[in-house]
Amino acid sequence: MLAKRIIPCLDVKDGRVVKGVNFVNLRDAGDPVELAAIYDREGADELVFLDISASYEGRATMVEVVKRTAGEISIPFTVGGGISSVEDMKRLLRAGADKIGINTAAVKQPQLVADGAMKFGSQCVVVAIDAKYNESWGEWEVYTHGGRNATGIKALEWARRVEELGAGEILLTSMDADGTKDGFDLRLTRAVSEQVGIPVIASGGAGKPSDFYDVFTGGKADAGLAATIFHYKELTIQEVKEDLKRKGVEIR
Amino acid sequence: MIAIIDYGMGNLHSVSKAVERLGFTAVVTSCEREILAADGAILPGVGAFGDAMAELKATGLLETVRGFARSGKPLLGICLGMQLLFEESEEHGVHQGLALLPGRVVRFRGPFKIPHMGWNRLKFHGSSPLLQGVEEGHVYFVHSYHVLPDHPADLLATTDYHQPVTAIVGRGNVFGMQFHPEKSGVIGMKLLKNFLSLCRESRNIANSR
Repeated sequence: MLAKRIIPCLDVKDGRVVKGVNFVNLRDAGDPVELAAIYDREGADELVFLDISASYEGRATMVEVVKRTAGEISIPFTVGGGISSVEDMKRLLRAGADKIGINTAAVKQPQLVADGAMKFGSQCVVVAIDAKYNESWGEWEVYTHGGRNATGIKALEWARRVEELGAGEILLTSMDADGTKDGFDLRLTRAVSEQVGIPVIASGGAGKPSDFYDVFTGGKADAGLAATIFHYKELTIQEVKEDLKRKGVEIR
Repeated sequence: MIAIIDYGMGNLHSVSKAVERLGFTAVVTSCEREILAADGAILPGVGAFGDAMAELKATGLLETVRGFARSGKPLLGICLGMQLLFEESEEHGVHQGLALLPGRVVRFRGPFKIPHMGWNRLKFHGSSPLLQGVEEGHVYFVHSYHVLPDHPADLLATTDYHQPVTAIVGRGNVFGMQFHPEKSGVIGMKLLKNFLSLCRESRNIANSR
C-alpha cells in the first residue's frame, strides 16, 4: 500500500535557509544542504525548498544549492519559488531537483503547466495553490504573490484545470489555517482531493501529530507539509510517524 | 567504471552521485566507446516513452544499449529506463522499446490517484543477487505507466498499488527498477550497491580471463 508522506519545507533566500513570520524579520537559519541532510536522516519522505530570493543572483545560487542537495540526500525534493519559464524548470531539474513547483506563474500563464508537463513529464510538475475561504462565495479563492493578491478564481475549479493541463501533483496551502497550528484545513483539503485524480499535499496549520492523522483521513490528503513546527523542533518527524503508525496509517 | 547513459532524459546527476557515494566511479556519457568499455551501465529515464526512444535513436545510443546488453555486462534500467527495456508501451500512442525483455508497458487505470507517487513496499519473488540482504521495505515510485512482463521468472519484485505492480525485473545481465533507487533511502542504496557489486564481479571475471 502506498504510504502517506511527511514533507518538511525549507525557505531559502540567497542560498541560506531563513526563518521568519510571513517573510518579515528573516533570520539566517543555516545551510540548506545540511538541513536537508538532517531531515533525510530524521525520516522525511520528501523535501520542499521554497526559493524566496528576490534577485537574479539569489535564483542562480539556488541552482547550486540544488546540485549540492542532490548529491547529499537520498529522498526526492521539490524546488519552487519564482519559477516562471520552461527554461527555469529545466535548469533546476538538470541540477538534480526531482520536481519543480509553480504558483503565481501558473495562474498568469496556465500554458506553462502544460509546457512543463509535456517537456519533463507530469510527475515533475507540482502546482502550488494558495487558497482562502471567500465568505461571499461560500467557497475558496485562489491567491497569488505569496498570498497577497486575490485572483477572483475559484480554487476547486483551478485545481481541476491544472490537472487537465498536466500537473502531476497539487501543493495546497490553506491561508486560513497557515500559522495557526490548529490543524490543517480539512474541508478545503478534502474538497480539492475529491475533485482531482492527482496527489494532493496539504499545507498550512500543522501543530501536533494528530493533525497529520486528520488530514490523511478526513482531509484525504496524500501528503502533509509543514515548516515552522519542524524547524523550531516543536515536533519531530519521528513523533508524527509513530503516532500515524499507532493509528494504522501506512507510513514509511 | 559505471556508465550513466546520457540520452538527454533522466536525473543523471542524482544517479551518478549515488554511485559515487557507494564508492564506484560514475561517468555520465553519451559516448559509445566509453559506454561499451564500462563495467556496468545504468539507463536512467524520466519523461515519456516515445520521446525517450526517439532520443535514443537520434543519438545513436539505441544500438549502443543493445550492444552493451549483448556484452553480458550488467545493465540497469531505472524508472522509464526500466520500461524501455521491454517491447512496447502505450504511452501517447504505441511505441516500440528495446525489446531486451518480453512484455509491455500499460497505463494505470482505475479510481485511484495517478501517478503512483510516493513510498511503497517491495515484495520479493524468487531470489537474485540483486536482492541479497535487502529488506522488503519502502522505495520511492513515481510513474503513470507500469510494466507487464511476459515471463514470471523475470519478475523479481512487485509492490501493491490497487494491484500488483512490477517493481524489479531481471534476467541474466539485464535488470530494471521501476522506482528510483537513488531516491529511496537506505533500501534504495543497498539495491544500487548490489547492482554495482555485480558490475565489479563481472569485471573481475573478465580480468581473470
